[in-house]
Amino acid sequence: MSAPFLKLENVSKAFPGVQALSNVSLEINKGEIHCLVGENGAGKSTLIKLLTGVHAWDSGTVFFNGQTLHNLTPQKALHELGIVPIYQELNLIPKLDVAENIFLGREILANERLRFINRKEMVRRTKEILARLNQDIDPAALVGTLGIGKQQMVEIAKALAVEATLLILDEPTAPLGQEEAEELFSVMRQLKSEGVTIIFISHKLEEIKEVGDRITVLRDGKKIITTDVEALSIDEIITYMVGRQIEDKYPKIKTQRGELALEVRNLSTPDLLQDISFKAYRGEVLGIAGLVGAGRTELARAIIGADPMLQGEILIDGSRVDIRSPKDALKHGLVLLTEDRKGQGLVLNNSVLFNATLANLKKYLSGILLDLDAQRQDAVRVIKDLSIKTPSLNTLVAQLSGGNQQKVVIGKWLNTKADIFIFDEPTRGIDVGAKTEVYNIINKLVKDGAAVIMISSELPEILGMSDRIIVLSEGRLTGEFTREEATQEKIMAAATGGIHYAS
Amino acid sequence: MQAKPLEQEARRVDWKDLMLNRMGALLGLIIIMIGLSLASPRFFTVGNLMNVAQQSAINALVASGMLLAILTAGIDLSVGSILALSICVSGILIVKWGLNSLLGLLLGLGVAAGAGTINGLLLTKLRLPHPFISTLGMQNVARGLALIITQASPISGFPRWIQFFGAGYVGRIPFSFIMVVVTVVTFHIFLTRTTLGRHIYAVGGNIEAARLSGIDVDRVRLWVYTISGFMAGLAGLTLMGRVNAAYPLAGLMYETDAIAAVIIGGGSFMGGVGTIWGTLLGAIIIAVIRNGLNLLGVSPDTQTIIIGLVIIGSVYIDVLRRRRSPASKR
Repeated sequence: MSAPFLKLENVSKAFPGVQALSNVSLEINKGEIHCLVGENGAGKSTLIKLLTGVHAWDSGTVFFNGQTLHNLTPQKALHELGIVPIYQELNLIPKLDVAENIFLGREILANERLRFINRKEMVRRTKEILARLNQDIDPAALVGTLGIGKQQMVEIAKALAVEATLLILDEPTAPLGQEEAEELFSVMRQLKSEGVTIIFISHKLEEIKEVGDRITVLRDGKKIITTDVEALSIDEIITYMVGRQIEDKYPKIKTQRGELALEVRNLSTPDLLQDISFKAYRGEVLGIAGLVGAGRTELARAIIGADPMLQGEILIDGSRVDIRSPKDALKHGLVLLTEDRKGQGLVLNNSVLFNATLANLKKYLSGILLDLDAQRQDAVRVIKDLSIKTPSLNTLVAQLSGGNQQKVVIGKWLNTKADIFIFDEPTRGIDVGAKTEVYNIINKLVKDGAAVIMISSELPEILGMSDRIIVLSEGRLTGEFTREEATQEKIMAAATGGIHYAS
Repeated sequence: MQAKPLEQEARRVDWKDLMLNRMGALLGLIIIMIGLSLASPRFFTVGNLMNVAQQSAINALVASGMLLAILTAGIDLSVGSILALSICVSGILIVKWGLNSLLGLLLGLGVAAGAGTINGLLLTKLRLPHPFISTLGMQNVARGLALIITQASPISGFPRWIQFFGAGYVGRIPFSFIMVVVTVVTFHIFLTRTTLGRHIYAVGGNIEAARLSGIDVDRVRLWVYTISGFMAGLAGLTLMGRVNAAYPLAGLMYETDAIAAVIIGGGSFMGGVGTIWGTLLGAIIIAVIRNGLNLLGVSPDTQTIIIGLVIIGSVYIDVLRRRRSPASKR
């Protein structure tokens, strides 16, 4: 057997606060479809970013096509090695046509000096490549007018135009319908027969069984297993994906379930969510699990009126409410703590004081003016209650650590009359100590009779902190479990789709 | 126990922050003034300084409104035209229709504020992508209206007391500068002590975070452009008082000086950063440079170039400062 096409030896990569990959060794053979699976945060994206030169690995060796790689840059990966990633977010320019997109930045010239474009040749080559893919796409069609499946084909054609040797497909089927996915698979098989190596990332395990040759399971930055796809059943793959020992690092406390706080009935959104119904009670943490793109954040945003819904009803404390904006939601005590703290939660270029009191400035009004002392006292109280580490009230929140930023966001809402809290990835990007503090805050909230809904990609966190768990997959509710009946395997099975059941 | 130090700390740092963020413009002003005093004996005289104060007044008033727009990461290109429309309406009402002067002036101000409101509605209701568009449109519309209602000719013959707004003195202090001081103090209180004022900073700093925090961002922006229009009207009053006439081509290019004042004063096009004091300083710096260059006999054409360089230079200094501050690293 020949040497592997791509070989990783003990590759590690750390980001501040997280070991994204540790000692991963992996061999990928030429001309195979190698599937990469793992939960969110397992290390798949990091691995791809290393291979495409976006990040450098901290230690370990990477062999590619017979050479040892050093100082890989995106340009080198793409142009010299032919490593081409295709992300879910396609990298095409809608207002340019197919041929222009395929040769973007590498236009074929008719005249070197004047840099005129040889359009005829570009169209000819485009046709040639598209024929290889068995695609009937007009080279002169604007990319924006094509469906998403066809756009993906254009992206693949673009990869072939630079003579890709390793194609990395990151969840390519997520936006595709069944038929388009089948078409993609046949193209993948075609490329494989031509000797192109493909790394295929998908959350849909059935697809992996269908198209993959070999599979590598990653978990928490470590390689768990590499084997033939044939050798594993879907259940076995799931077991490998989630099969960690759950340590009891969650300070979950027992609380009494109270009144129904929030009920969502048949909620659908224009683009993703379909017919979601669930209930959240006071004194209870409701976990929402699901893979990236399952629609969890979209659900939260629709509920608080940040994005429009197509249909559905929201009931708070048993009565129907009309929520059209986050302002309306706040009036009913319903708030969202966004996953993207910097982009959506905080005014970064302003102070801790400003951010902590932003959602409820009215509270400090005396007459028409703000009582700055009262505002300051409140901010000090928030900082003390949540032990936010900040040099001063006027420190810009941009200068705080992730954990402290998160606590400022929480503080902002504690400072209002909110009593239904939706946390979207509350502990993402914050250190272990701060995580525990966030869990304790959640505990205190439910103990004091609030309802907490916690969206999280970390299964142990969901299992450790939730009293009840619902699972979303591709915009649908695919599972509901009590704390007692939930296991990582059951949740993952529901999250990877298809399997609609409760308990 | 912890509360006390934190609060004291807060006040102290506030002071430091104030110095740091405004030091640049203030220092620049002081240096320029020392330089001009040395270059021209006529510069540092009470009479001339009062002159400068008066010359800066119109821009300071316009720039106060512009500050709000820029604080929300927007812009108001229509201020000059709104100014013209406002005074022309007043002119027609008072001189041609013989309306009560005070009422005429108030209606003129109302038109200015109304035009600003329309700017805001274009942005928030029609969802035009950027206030650059809506206010550019208004710039043309308001100018055109001013020309039409006046048949493109100036209106004079106002009652004498109106001149007080532009040319009057209280003691040795120009009344127009007193208006500026009152405006600046009012804006300071407005921006730091009212919910709307604080919400303006939130909308400019992070509009999505503001919206998710339950702030009615459309309402905030509507107010911002309304106030900006109103301030243009107020500046118009001063101009009308100074030249004792209303003319449809008044206020040409005023938006440029106003934007320059805000930016020189530390305002950021990214939104959420800027103060009324900085803006006032910016307006004074521009007036001082113009005045000084006049005294030195520099031609207006060259003056324009120098003002341009000052704008570029002051923003570049700001860029350098931000690059060094830890906030920008995240």
